[in-house]
Amino acid sequence: MAAQTDLRAAPPPPRERPGARGSGRPAGGWRQREDAKGWLFIAPFGAVFIVFLVAPLAYAFYLSLFTKGLATGTKFAGLDNYTRAFTDPAFLKGLWFVVKFSLVLIPVQMAVSLAAALVLDGMTSKFSRFSRLMMFVPYAIPAVIGALMWGFLYSPNFGPAQQLFGFFGLDAPVMLSPDNVFGALMNVVTWQWAGYYMIVIYAALQGIDPSIYEAAKIDGASSWQVALRIKIPMVASALVLILVFAVIGTLQFFTEPQILGRISNGAIPPDFTPNMYAFTTAFAFAQFNYASAISFSLGAVVFIGVYIFLFATRKRGSFL
Amino acid sequence: MTVLTTPAGASSTRTPDEAPRRQRAARRPKMLSNLFLVALILYFALPLWWLLVASTKDTTSLFASPHGALWFGDGFHLVENLRALFAYDNGIYLRWMGNSFLYALAGGLGSTVLAVLAGYGFAKFHFKGRNLAFSILLGAVMVPATALVIPTFVLLSEMELTNTPWAVILPSLLNPFGVYLMRVYAAEGVPDELLDAARVDGAGTFRTFFQVALPLLRPAIVTVLLLSVVATWNNYFLPLAMLSDSTLFPVTVGIGLLQGLAGANNGGGESLWMLIVVGSLVSIIPLIIAFLSLQKYWQGGLAIGSLK
Repeated sequence: MAAQTDLRAAPPPPRERPGARGSGRPAGGWRQREDAKGWLFIAPFGAVFIVFLVAPLAYAFYLSLFTKGLATGTKFAGLDNYTRAFTDPAFLKGLWFVVKFSLVLIPVQMAVSLAAALVLDGMTSKFSRFSRLMMFVPYAIPAVIGALMWGFLYSPNFGPAQQLFGFFGLDAPVMLSPDNVFGALMNVVTWQWAGYYMIVIYAALQGIDPSIYEAAKIDGASSWQVALRIKIPMVASALVLILVFAVIGTLQFFTEPQILGRISNGAIPPDFTPNMYAFTTAFAFAQFNYASAISFSLGAVVFIGVYIFLFATRKRGSFL
Repeated sequence: MTVLTTPAGASSTRTPDEAPRRQRAARRPKMLSNLFLVALILYFALPLWWLLVASTKDTTSLFASPHGALWFGDGFHLVENLRALFAYDNGIYLRWMGNSFLYALAGGLGSTVLAVLAGYGFAKFHFKGRNLAFSILLGAVMVPATALVIPTFVLLSEMELTNTPWAVILPSLLNPFGVYLMRVYAAEGVPDELLDAARVDGAGTFRTFFQVALPLLRPAIVTVLLLSVVATWNNYFLPLAMLSDSTLFPVTVGIGLLQGLAGANNGGGESLWMLIVVGSLVSIIPLIIAFLSLQKYWQGGLAIGSLK
């Protein structure tokens, strides 16, 4: 893909003709009529977009402006639900957890996948192909199953840790205790996603023209220098893309803590993450107005956070 | 990157005997690389190995295995476990698998068709309002999908569509990232000259799309299809919220249900744990096969989004 190499080259070649009309294509009404047909291609997706994104968000916002009490019935409450959410210790605690979790998890995940991609990029053996696949397989496994398997492996009674520690006459650590649950969840998520991220980076690395490495080697650059100064900057847009998805995914953390919560003896309460809290509020307590406010707030926090991030890392040729 | 390639010829000072020395020096990093890969494989395969081994045990050795959690127990009980799994609650497990196939295929195919059309529309037509529409789409990529689940639930329950397959399939059709991928790929992969030539030859807009553009978009289509099938198959939050009738559950929610029952049963649920283990194994097979057999498409295709 040619666009790959545009990353740092000073003037990127125009990817699209600026203003198609009159730039060497047949001009006039025919062209305009033809271009208007673009809407026909977009319309089916546009319909789904309006019904399943715009409408739910609008409706959730509308619902979140009301409160429902047993005695009082449904009544207009303005932004009360939002004031409540952003002063609700359960919501704030969950939000703080996912933010903290992202800050620790994402750098680790990126480091693992980048290191693996760089190592694999330099190899062409059958073994390296096999490792690439093995690392990617967890992506195809549902988060529910991933969490279940690790839940078993974490067990201090019948997991492998028990054997290992028992061999030295020690008790295995309780992975799902309040102290260890952060690391336990981090491991599950890294296991699940690092391979996918690795493949994205790897594919971007494979798109680099190898003659650049030759040139750098001849100039006396070591493999480390090639990796740090050429390879990593050239896959920067892949890294930004991954980072964006990792942030969006982690802030809406739900499945893994939901599954592990049942075997955690209370270390993962039902309000552990904002999404779990919204789910419990809606389906255990039937407070749909307040749950809508929580969902809407979470969506807004994620959206604004990602937007700021993209704005900060924005540069020519990167994602968005 | 022409800037970096220019010095290639100019500063070539390598002497002939330098090459073997380099090769020898390169051998040690190679061993380190291989060791690193072995460590990665061990880590990423560990849970799967455990699952494979555990599926062959009986309930007793699942919890107190004579040879440990990571080795086979006494006897080989896989077939018997599978039989128990498929017989459980009048074969509800097979229903769950069937539901997963239905939701993943309908949601995946549907969202891919929408993404291909919209991505091509964005890439190849210069209609009024295109840039605004595309900015809105990019904004939508940043809206977390799960933040939409409860709002969508409330909306669909007004229309009395919750607790039906539609409640899972229809919201899965929304895939803004798929549209983004298709647009990026179509902009590069379908040359305008080809489209113009087809039109000059008298092919209409749609014939040009189907006969000229579509074959060129194939790698991106397979990638978007795989990504959306996986996303729907692996989804837990959406079906968990939408469905209350257990015969409509996909396999993720079904296994989650069994786990909830087993966990609540404290001891009495031991035989359920065996079903959960073997059910987990069966449920991951279809997607692993799909990925292995379609390797040559998605390995390149996954780079699309990061090209721009």
